[in-house]
Amino acid sequence: MPGWDWNAFGRYLISGYLLEGAWTTIWLSVVVMVLGLLLGLVAAILNMSKSPVLQGIAKFYLWIMRGTPLLVQLIIIYTGLPQIGIRLNVVQSALLGLSLNEGAYLSEIIRAGILSVPKGQFDAARALGMDASTLMRVIVLPQAARVMIPPLGNNFNGLLKTTSITSVISMEELLRRGQMLIQVEFRVLEIFVVAALYYLVMITLWGMVQRRLEAHYGRSVAPATTTAAPGSGNGEGAATAVERREMEHDLR
Amino acid sequence: MREPVKQTPGTDPTQPVVEVEDVHKYFGSLHVLRGVGMEVERGEVIVLIGPSGSGKSTLLRCITHLEKIDRGRILVNGHPMGYREVNGRRVELREREVAKQRRDVGMVFQQFNLFQHLTALENITAGPIHVLQRKKEEAGAQARQLLEMVGLPFKADAYPAQLSGGQQQRIAIARALAMNPTLMLFDEPTSALDPEMITEVLDVMLKLSDQGMTMIVVTHEMGFAKAAADRIIFMDEGRLVEEAPATQFFANPRHERTRQFLSKILH
Repeated sequence: MPGWDWNAFGRYLISGYLLEGAWTTIWLSVVVMVLGLLLGLVAAILNMSKSPVLQGIAKFYLWIMRGTPLLVQLIIIYTGLPQIGIRLNVVQSALLGLSLNEGAYLSEIIRAGILSVPKGQFDAARALGMDASTLMRVIVLPQAARVMIPPLGNNFNGLLKTTSITSVISMEELLRRGQMLIQVEFRVLEIFVVAALYYLVMITLWGMVQRRLEAHYGRSVAPATTTAAPGSGNGEGAATAVERREMEHDLR
Repeated sequence: MREPVKQTPGTDPTQPVVEVEDVHKYFGSLHVLRGVGMEVERGEVIVLIGPSGSGKSTLLRCITHLEKIDRGRILVNGHPMGYREVNGRRVELREREVAKQRRDVGMVFQQFNLFQHLTALENITAGPIHVLQRKKEEAGAQARQLLEMVGLPFKADAYPAQLSGGQQQRIAIARALAMNPTLMLFDEPTSALDPEMITEVLDVMLKLSDQGMTMIVVTHEMGFAKAAADRIIFMDEGRLVEEAPATQFFANPRHERTRQFLSKILH
């Protein structure tokens, strides 16, 4: 039985076959994140609406998606639904399953973000004559973003790894490509270690992007800590900044 | 029923800017407005005073429909605010239509409520750009004029967190003015300010009243009331108790409750 083979390891490290798998992991994660955010935003808004019916729809969705394993959801969509005539290919099933699942988790983050924006901001925007969608787009979401970016980033980090579950419905992402390569090459350890390294690189790069995003969305408050000297006459502003920081902390 | 075909604020000088008729408002079981009625003519400055909890702020918020009313009606430039009447029954307007009505009414809040993620200039241009669909350059030019008017021409790029309370409030006034409102509502605009910053805000408000802006001001600044108010209205327990021209109001209050209140705030 051969031991660790450095030559094979080096070959797999630059293998186009595995790189393609990693690329699939990346685009799958990005597309799911975008769809999940849209779904999450809709669910969050429904959940906060005054109508019990709309609220009920949102709560039911969250209950199902967070109450059952993603693995089961994927298998039902890909293997189960054809039985009642709904046939989705592998990519469609993976996108649908992951997005529905992700949207449920993201909606809670978005809801917390929206609730973190002080009521006075809503009042001021309404008083200016903004309708609900303008108010959300221009005033609320950009401010909620600062609170939401850390947990959303963590979710994307998780999502990059969670996509590996779609290998069970033969989505050819990184893990599945690794498994398929092993069936030809029989080098289990080298190939899985390469796959693990790829995940590690993706997560590390994402961490760098996330830090820049956080800095960008925090820019309007960052100066406050350096310039809000005692007697600057804005006790209120300072108080809300502290509250928000606590809120961020809670969300983490 | 009074229902002009098209809203053309400023064209008819005899049309009252605000007409409040028998307005009632409850918060749960709390009866905060108990049959309020008043009229505000074009160019008038009304100062609303009264103890806390008397319903002053709620009345302002009802005028721009940030709060619903439970009975009566409020007309702004002759139009029922937030409602239309169908077979004699009040039906609340859709949110989009209410938003349209609010363009004509500027509001200044006790806590300023500047948009924290936007610079001073962006705060002022937010309404013109996103509500009136003005071009960015056009809105920016107007905003710079307004910054000049409130005495903060060099603070265009400052974020609210970098400004003092007085400066924030002046930006908030400029933000409301950028919509060219026919009516300005001030909800205790200087109550959250340190004493040395109150004057700079009141100066801007005095300038506005000199320019003929129609204003309803909830404040305890009696100096401002004496200098700018055409009428002073005293509110207590959800009712208008007394109203009079400024000089008469201070020299000769008719009601005992007004006298008591005045003795507490004037020293």
